[in-house]
Amino acid sequence: MIANTLPKSLADNPRLDRWLGFDQPDRASVRVGKVEIGQGIATALCQIAAEELDIAIDRIDLTAGDTDHAPDEGTTTSSLSVEVGGASLRLVCAEVRALVLAAAAHQLGCPVNALRIHDGAILRADQPTGLDYWSVPVSLARLATGAVAPKGVAEYRLVGTNVPRRDLPAKVFGAGFMQDFTRPGMRHGHVVHPPRIGGRIASIDEAAIRHAAGAPLDILRHGDMLALIADNATALRRATFAADTAVRWDGLAPLTLAMQDADWLTTQPSQDGTAGDPHPAPPGTRISAAYSRGYVSHGSIGPSCAVAEFRDGHLTVWCHVQGVYGFKSSLVGGLRLAPDQVSVRHLHGSGCYGHNGADDTGFDAAAIALRMPNTPIRVQWRREDEFGLEPVGSAMHIRLEGVLAADGRLQDLTTTLYSGPHINRGGDGNLLTARLQPNPVPPSPVAETSAPYPGSGTRNAVPYYDIVGKRYRHHMVLGTPVRTSALRGLGAMPNLFALESFIDECAEQSGQDPLAYRLTMLSDPRARAVLRAAADMAGWSRRRPSGSGTGLGLAFGRYKNTSGYAAVVVELAADTELRLRHIWCAADAGLAVNPGGVIAQLEGGIIQGASWTLKEQVTFDAAGIASRSWADYPILRFSDIPPIDCHLMPRPNDPSLGMGEASIGPTAAAIGNAAAHALGLRLRHMPFTRERIVAALNG
Amino acid sequence: MSEPVTISFRLNNAQVSVTADPTAPLLDILRDTLHLTGTRYGCGQEQCGACLVLIDGQTAYACGRELATVAGHAVTTVEGLGTQDAPHPIQTAILAEQAGQCGYCLSGMQIAAAALLARTPSPSHAEIVAALDGNLCRCGAHPRILRAVARAAEMLA
Repeated sequence: MIANTLPKSLADNPRLDRWLGFDQPDRASVRVGKVEIGQGIATALCQIAAEELDIAIDRIDLTAGDTDHAPDEGTTTSSLSVEVGGASLRLVCAEVRALVLAAAAHQLGCPVNALRIHDGAILRADQPTGLDYWSVPVSLARLATGAVAPKGVAEYRLVGTNVPRRDLPAKVFGAGFMQDFTRPGMRHGHVVHPPRIGGRIASIDEAAIRHAAGAPLDILRHGDMLALIADNATALRRATFAADTAVRWDGLAPLTLAMQDADWLTTQPSQDGTAGDPHPAPPGTRISAAYSRGYVSHGSIGPSCAVAEFRDGHLTVWCHVQGVYGFKSSLVGGLRLAPDQVSVRHLHGSGCYGHNGADDTGFDAAAIALRMPNTPIRVQWRREDEFGLEPVGSAMHIRLEGVLAADGRLQDLTTTLYSGPHINRGGDGNLLTARLQPNPVPPSPVAETSAPYPGSGTRNAVPYYDIVGKRYRHHMVLGTPVRTSALRGLGAMPNLFALESFIDECAEQSGQDPLAYRLTMLSDPRARAVLRAAADMAGWSRRRPSGSGTGLGLAFGRYKNTSGYAAVVVELAADTELRLRHIWCAADAGLAVNPGGVIAQLEGGIIQGASWTLKEQVTFDAAGIASRSWADYPILRFSDIPPIDCHLMPRPNDPSLGMGEASIGPTAAAIGNAAAHALGLRLRHMPFTRERIVAALNG
Repeated sequence: MSEPVTISFRLNNAQVSVTADPTAPLLDILRDTLHLTGTRYGCGQEQCGACLVLIDGQTAYACGRELATVAGHAVTTVEGLGTQDAPHPIQTAILAEQAGQCGYCLSGMQIAAAALLARTPSPSHAEIVAALDGNLCRCGAHPRILRAVARAAEMLA
C-alpha cells in the first residue's frame, strides 16, 4: 500500500517533526490538527500512531489544535479526521519507524529485517539492543515521502480494537473542559451583542447595568463593541441581563415569523447552480413532492467559552473551535494584528456538532483582552446567547420530480433545492464582534461561494442509486434572516430525508416493497449489504400493510456519496404523535480503527437525527431568535429513546470511512417512512410535531 | 447583590465557610470561589441538569439555588462522588460502558444516578429513565448512560 499521493493533511504539513517527536524521555509527542469534539478522535489517532510506531499508547502525549505546535489540518469537519488526518499520521509514523530502524541497523551492522520494535525499544532476535526511539540519532526535520508502506491489517494489534477513550476519565471525575480552564488574575467578560444582524449602538443606560451588577464593573466601549468585565461571574451575569434591555440598537435587520419557515427561502434572490444530466426528463409516469426542514440549533449543552490573554504584545486564545488556524486568521484579520502576534490553543468543549458559538466567544474574549493587557479574560456565553446568537443549521426546501418507467422503476430524478449557506466559517470580518469594531473589516464572502466548497447544501443531493438521469438545481440564498453555518452533515440530512422519503413514495406508487425497490437500483454491493443487514436485524419480512398505527420504515445513505454507509430501520407507534419503539442500524466504515467509537457515533447520529426530525426548529419573532431556552427548543430525552442496535459490517481491508455523520439522514427518512407506514399518510416537513400530524390527519 | 455574609455548610464531607453574596447562585460559588469546576453551567434555568448537586442527598440545581439556602446543609458535587483512586460505582460504570461522548453532561448525570441508587438500590429500567429524564444529553449517549446506571446498580447489589 504505497501512497502515490499524500493525503491532504500531510501534503499541507510535510515535515515529519511537525507531527512527531521523541524529545521527552520515554514519551512520544504526537501533534495533530484534528481536535477532540466528543467524537473520540483523540483516542483513534493515538491508536493509529501507537500501532505504526510499535509503542504503548500510554506513552503518547497528544497535542491537538495548536497554532504554534501542531500541523495545520484545516477544520475538524466532514467526518474526515480518520480518513485524511489518520491516514496522514499513519504515513508519518510508518516512515519514522522505518528511518529509526534503518539507522539502528546501520549502527548495529545488521540487516533491517533482523530488527523489530517492541514498545519503542529495538530488539534483535527478541533481545534488547539498547537502542530505542529516544537513543537512535535520527533527525525528523525532513519532508515525508509517503513512500514507506504502513503495516498490513493482519499485523494490527491495537487498530481495530475498542481502546477506551483517553479523555473520558478526567471528564467523569469533573475536569477536562475549556469551561474549567483558568488563568491567574482572570476576570469574566461579556460583549453585549445586538439581538439581530446589523445593529449599531443607539444608547446605553450604564447606570442600570452597574446597578444590576451590584459589584465593581468595568464597561468598555470600542466602536460598537460594548464589553462588561467583572471579577466574578455572578455580578457579570446580572449585568448582562440588565444590558439586554439597557442597550438600544439602531439598524437591526427586520425579522418576521414567516422567515423561520424553509418555504421563505423559495421567495428570495439566490445564487444558482446546476449539475447532472443536461438532457430533459424522458416521458413516463411523473411523480413529485416537496420536503423541508427548518433552522436547527447545534444545541451544545455547555454554552461556548474561551479565555484570552494579551501580554507583551502577544495574544493567546484558549478555545474550543474546530479549526485553530482558520480562527487565528479571523483574529488577525478582524482585529488587525500580525500573524506572529497570535496563538490559538484548542481545549475540549461541550459537543458542538458544527460551527456553534465557539469562534464568536473566542473572538469576544480576544477583543476584550486586547483592550485590557495583562488581564486574562474569560467569556462564556449564556444559554440565551448560545441559542440566540450562534450560527444555526440552515433551513432547506427540497422538491423532487421523478419519472417512473412502466415497471415502476425510478428512471429520472430532478432535485430542486433552496438553502442558506452551510459553511460560513472563517473570514476576517464575519464573526459577531468583528462587525462591532470601529471601522470594521468588511465581511468576507460566504466561504462556500468559492472553491472548493461549491454549495454544501448539495451534499447528498445526487442520489447514490442507479438512476439513468439525475440532476439538481441548487438555489443558495445568501440573505438568510439569521446567520447560518455548519451543522453536522450540512445539506446531507435534509437531502437524504427528502430522497429516501421520495423513494418510498415511488415504491408505494409502484406497489413494491421499499427494501426490494431500493435493491433493484442499487448496484454497489456494500450498499446492498448494509440495507439487507439492517432489514434482517429488524425482521423486515414481518412488515404488514400500512395504516395499522405502528410502522416500520427503512432508509439508506452513503454520506457525501463517498464516505460511510448506513442503513437504518425504525419501528414506531403513531397516533397524533410518534413514539419510537426500536431503531436498528447496519453500517460499513471500512476499517474501523475503534469499532466501539464508531458505534457510539452511529448511536449519537441516530439520536440527534431523530431529535431534529421529531422536535427541533429554531423559531423567530420580531426581536430575534425566539427559541432561547430548552423549554422553547425541546430535544429528545431519555424517555423518548428506544432500544438502538447498531451493527458494523466487517470490512477491515477497506480504507476507513468517516462515520460521524453517516446515520443522521437515514434516521430522519426512516422515521418519516415508518410514520407513513403507521399512519397511511406522508409527513414531508420536519419537525413532525403534533400540530403537523393532526393537520395531516385532518387532510 | 446583597452584602457579603459568611455561610457555613458541609461540602463533600468537609466543613466549609464562604463569605459571599448570600443571593449568589451556589453554582458560581462552587466554581469560582471554591474552585470545584466539575459542576457545570448549562442553562441557568434549571432545565438541563448539567449543574446538579446533592443537597442532603437530594438532587438540586446549583444554578437556581442561592448560597444562603445551603447554610447548615450537606452539599455533594461530582468531585465528592468519587475520585480516580476511589470512584463511585456510577463513575466506574460510566467508564466501563464508555458512556460519554463530549462528557459535558456527565457530572449532572452521575449526580442524578447516585441519588437514584442511594434511594433505590435495584432500580427498574423505568425508574432509571425517570431519574435521568430531567438531564439533557446532546451527543446521544443515552443508551450507554442507561446501561451504566444499571451496571452500577449491579455493582452495589
